Amino acid sequence: MVNLPKLPQHKVPQQVPRLAVVFILAAVALVAARYLLVPETFGEIGHYRSAAVDSITAREKMYAGQQECALCHNQLFERRLGGNHRGLACESCHGPGAAHAVNPVEAKPSIPREREFCQRCHAYDPSRPTGFPQINPVTHNPLTPCMSCHDPHEPEPPVMPGSCAACHGQIASQKAVSHHATLLCVTCHVTPDEHKISPRLSRPSKPLDRNFCGSCHSEDASSPANVPRIDLRSHNTRYVCWQCHYPHYPETS
Amino acid sequence: MSSQDHDRSFAPHAAGGGDDVDRREFLGECLKACGWAAPVLLGVIRVPILEAQDSAAGGYDASEHLYGMGIDVSRCIGCGQCVAACKTENDVPLDSRHFNTWVERYVMRAGGPNAADAVEVDSPNGGLNGFPPLEADGEIRRSFFVPKLCNHCTNAPCVQVCPVGATFTTEDGVVLVDDDYCIGCRYCIQACPYGARWIHPEKHVAAKCTFCYHRLVDGLVPACVEVCPTSARIFGEVEHRATPLARFMRFNDIQILKPHLNTRPKVYYANLDGEVR
Repeated sequence: MVNLPKLPQHKVPQQVPRLAVVFILAAVALVAARYLLVPETFGEIGHYRSAAVDSITAREKMYAGQQECALCHNQLFERRLGGNHRGLACESCHGPGAAHAVNPVEAKPSIPREREFCQRCHAYDPSRPTGFPQINPVTHNPLTPCMSCHDPHEPEPPVMPGSCAACHGQIASQKAVSHHATLLCVTCHVTPDEHKISPRLSRPSKPLDRNFCGSCHSEDASSPANVPRIDLRSHNTRYVCWQCHYPHYPETS
Repeated sequence: MSSQDHDRSFAPHAAGGGDDVDRREFLGECLKACGWAAPVLLGVIRVPILEAQDSAAGGYDASEHLYGMGIDVSRCIGCGQCVAACKTENDVPLDSRHFNTWVERYVMRAGGPNAADAVEVDSPNGGLNGFPPLEADGEIRRSFFVPKLCNHCTNAPCVQVCPVGATFTTEDGVVLVDDDYCIGCRYCIQACPYGARWIHPEKHVAAKCTFCYHRLVDGLVPACVEVCPTSARIFGEVEHRATPLARFMRFNDIQILKPHLNTRPKVYYANLDGEVR
């Protein structure tokens, strides 16, 4: 029987306390790093500092909002609601007014009177939606301030539009160089008078049947001989003509 | 603490020997004590969170809202009022390179067989001063304006990539930047598929549209929506029925930008042409 050296009972191996020290140091370092590096209020709501939301909400407002304007200028506000500028906020034209709301005497909002300002919206631009009121600044009463004819708080055309081209300039310019140049708009579109006042509520008609175009373009029509003809009974009977042909600028051939 | 104290404080009528408290009874008492203490302990944990929410803006509860914006392309007249108002309200530099929102003009000319080449997009100065007249406007087949801004994505790529948690989505769905914590690494600018972010030239931190968050908490609409003369921009809540945005979405065919990226934007377009990217 070999005499083994007697090991002490329950003796912790040497590497365990050393490792334990390393682990404890690492844990302390982690806690310390988190304490130093993670900013205050981080993670209270989400993965961000909730204090940042506070500093963003504390930013200064420049635009007061039209309800604020209505508190004092309620008569102007009411008048505007009846006109075509009813969807327009006061600060759209008069600029930011939060300072004016706080100190009405010292901070005055701007009152734009120059033509260039109105032209920002109302000068003719082919990219603008059809039906939006636009003018050609070169020909439309040059050098006269817009306000001398139009009340900006209740803008109505001082005279009813004399021609369709006043609003539908894009269509008119195309039609002018097309084979349909000599046709009047009202030849094809039945236009109620109210259309000039409230263009979206009362709309002009469009030809609803093929015989309308056929009155010039069918084979038995009594139109000049150089007008192109088709056989109405066989030519794509499923469609109304303008579903394929653009009447404001019809094909040349 | 001696066993006598235990007897007095927890089990004065304890049976079973006198000097040792019964184990079953001791555990029972502990459980009861925990039961009493639980509301207090939970309260201690909850209190700072509630305080943080309240301090965001007195009485404003972000968790009750989810904001979105609607844009009706067929109403935009390209006047640039929104761009100007945004720059004023949010202190954006007035140069031609920094925008929270901008307006693009699309022009499609009668371009022959290769129609894709005939699409022109421009945004001079972001549309701030309006748009110069188009040349040869007889050849234009179609043209329109598209206002653009941060889409406040539900799955925002910019939030995912921020290495320090300086950009985040609030509870009401607005993507914001923490000015004091951003390190200006520009990772988010690379990640944003809509080009909505920029580096502030003086603060050297990322900046972007905030939906005018400082106005929202006071019940106001963003500055661009406030000044839009044709109501081309509509603001409201995404998940409520009674808001202008809900009405806008009910009456229009809604599209979003770059739906294939699954960013799930909260800026909704109506009457948007397929050419718009």
